[in-house]
Amino acid sequence: MKTLVLIVNRLIWFFPTVLGLLAIVFFISHVIPADPAAFVAGENATPETIAAIRARLGLDQPLHIQFVRYIEAILEGDMGRSIFTGRPVAEDLMSRLPATLELTLVTIVVASLIGIPLGVVSALKRNSWLDHALRVVTIAGLAIASFWFAILLQLLFSMRLGITPLSGRIEGWGPEPITGFYVIDALILWDMEILWDALHHMILPVATLALPAAATIVRFTRAGVLNALESNYVLYETAMGYPRRLVIWKYVLRNALIGTVTQIGLIFGILLAGAVVVEAVFDWPGLGLFAVNAILSSDYNAVMGFTLIAGTMFIVVNLVVDILQGMIDPRETR
Amino acid sequence: MASELISVRNLRVSFGSDAGTAKVLDGVDLAIRAGEIRGLVGESGCGKTTLARAILGILPRNSARIESGEIRFGGRDLLTLPESALASEVRGREIVYIPQDPSTAFNPVFTIGTQIDDLMRFKSPLLRGGADDRQGFFNSYPRERRAADRARVLELLRLVQLPNPEAVLRKYPHEVSGGQRQRLMIAMALLPEPKLVIADEPTTALDVTVQAQILKLLKQLARERGVAVLFTTHDLGAAYEICDRITVMYAGQEVEEAPVDGFFERPSHPYTRKLLDSLPSSEAGIRGIAGEIPRLIDPPPGCRFHPRCERATGICRTERPPPEAVDALHSVRCHHRLSATEPAS
Repeated sequence: MKTLVLIVNRLIWFFPTVLGLLAIVFFISHVIPADPAAFVAGENATPETIAAIRARLGLDQPLHIQFVRYIEAILEGDMGRSIFTGRPVAEDLMSRLPATLELTLVTIVVASLIGIPLGVVSALKRNSWLDHALRVVTIAGLAIASFWFAILLQLLFSMRLGITPLSGRIEGWGPEPITGFYVIDALILWDMEILWDALHHMILPVATLALPAAATIVRFTRAGVLNALESNYVLYETAMGYPRRLVIWKYVLRNALIGTVTQIGLIFGILLAGAVVVEAVFDWPGLGLFAVNAILSSDYNAVMGFTLIAGTMFIVVNLVVDILQGMIDPRETR
Repeated sequence: MASELISVRNLRVSFGSDAGTAKVLDGVDLAIRAGEIRGLVGESGCGKTTLARAILGILPRNSARIESGEIRFGGRDLLTLPESALASEVRGREIVYIPQDPSTAFNPVFTIGTQIDDLMRFKSPLLRGGADDRQGFFNSYPRERRAADRARVLELLRLVQLPNPEAVLRKYPHEVSGGQRQRLMIAMALLPEPKLVIADEPTTALDVTVQAQILKLLKQLARERGVAVLFTTHDLGAAYEICDRITVMYAGQEVEEAPVDGFFERPSHPYTRKLLDSLPSSEAGIRGIAGEIPRLIDPPPGCRFHPRCERATGICRTERPPPEAVDALHSVRCHHRLSATEPAS
């Protein structure tokens, strides 16, 4: 019941936030000095042609009318046509979204599964050789540039050892998309070959993205656990003889995770940004690669569409983090 | 004495810090009999809490050091017992704890019911001598025992006068009042049917109006169940309310031990006398004790009270006085103890 109230409360804020995002995307694209009409018309167009195209695109209308039209179009799923691929932007984005989401979500899961236990152990064995070693690894993990690390991984594992694919998402064309998430599609089709192939292709990009993510998670979990270990409730639970493992992995961990979950939300945003680079290196057919191509070819509609989708995903992740936070920490519930 | 439940002998504990080693407990003796309610009084920093935590074996491992002494309890020396045995067999079973601040002692992100369930899962009296006496994270909690435990919990929550116990169990700690939280702490302390309750200033964090109720409740339940209580406090009034005997500590040394009447009527240690004189009264107003509490990093030798004591002589500076009997239950550690007939200073 409380959780439901919480979810509804957070959902109420979802729509104004998305509207804000739409406004930002719209106005940024309209303060850019370039004239889309001139761009569409081509180099040798007469002023009359440009004016005609401007009228056709609705660019001669006042800004607020253009904004309302923009929102109407978005609500209908119309993000315009990409001048690069010639296809509707919305279609392009939707076909690429699963690739990026799959990569990002798997990265988050892997980074959490590695980072949270290491953070706890690091805190419990504070100032041991393990803690020091982890500190070096985490600082390195945060400092290393991901495109460089990605290339190193390719050189070692794909080129020299030949145990991982160099790039791409799958061999050949991949399964007929059901959800577009290859792992899920493979499970639906119950095709272990596809599943294995998809996972195999994911190893290096996930490793590249997971290193800094896990480093952040280790550091925040460690700090949270140390903080909780100093608390009065741990003193009390110890004094009452609660088993140590229960105190650490149940009572301490849940308190420590409050900070970690917030970080995981932020990491998601960083991963989306990082995906642009990593997808380019691994030739991963996701949003990042699409965005890079769109920017390089001044494909306005595509850039706006990507910005909107990335922003919306970030808002959704924040919503989920807020809800999780409320579920972990009952004092947050309002 | 044969009926001693726990006896602390010559306990020395020091705390290391950058400034030096603080000798926080300096050869403390303390014996508590079964069913006795013992007050441990003294100013802040006199070592009450350290003594309480030493008995529970929860002194901070990286800073505290036990230099010498023993704590005999149930035929064993708790100081030589391994941590695993202390955690599974002593703490939460034989010796339990009521904390100073119940609002921070509860884990904020779990319901009260969860925290009590976990206590009963590992510390229920139904476990005693039972087959699954082991501890572990994945130990099962058989349904029959769970139901029986739940009945005990509800019964005890009623005994500590919590309205609507079932609802309380579903709440989070921040959703109940401070007084209710401390009632819950008392209930949790008594649920494992312990022999000794260590109550470390259990009412300090509460409103004055609630304090008296909580003390009364603690006393009544301890009496009914024959549970001994070590009650640390700096509040002499609270000690008078509930204690059978009182031990006075000064700067890491226990200086006097007396039944509650003897303590208030015939204090024999100059420090006890000054402590009683410092109680605000309508005639005298508020009087402090001249001088300052000594630094425990470099404490005065002999009787640690001698720099503030008018009766101190040479021997006080070199030798800590041994315990001397005033009567059967009353003993004092002073080379120049006050006689019963002496007027107040």
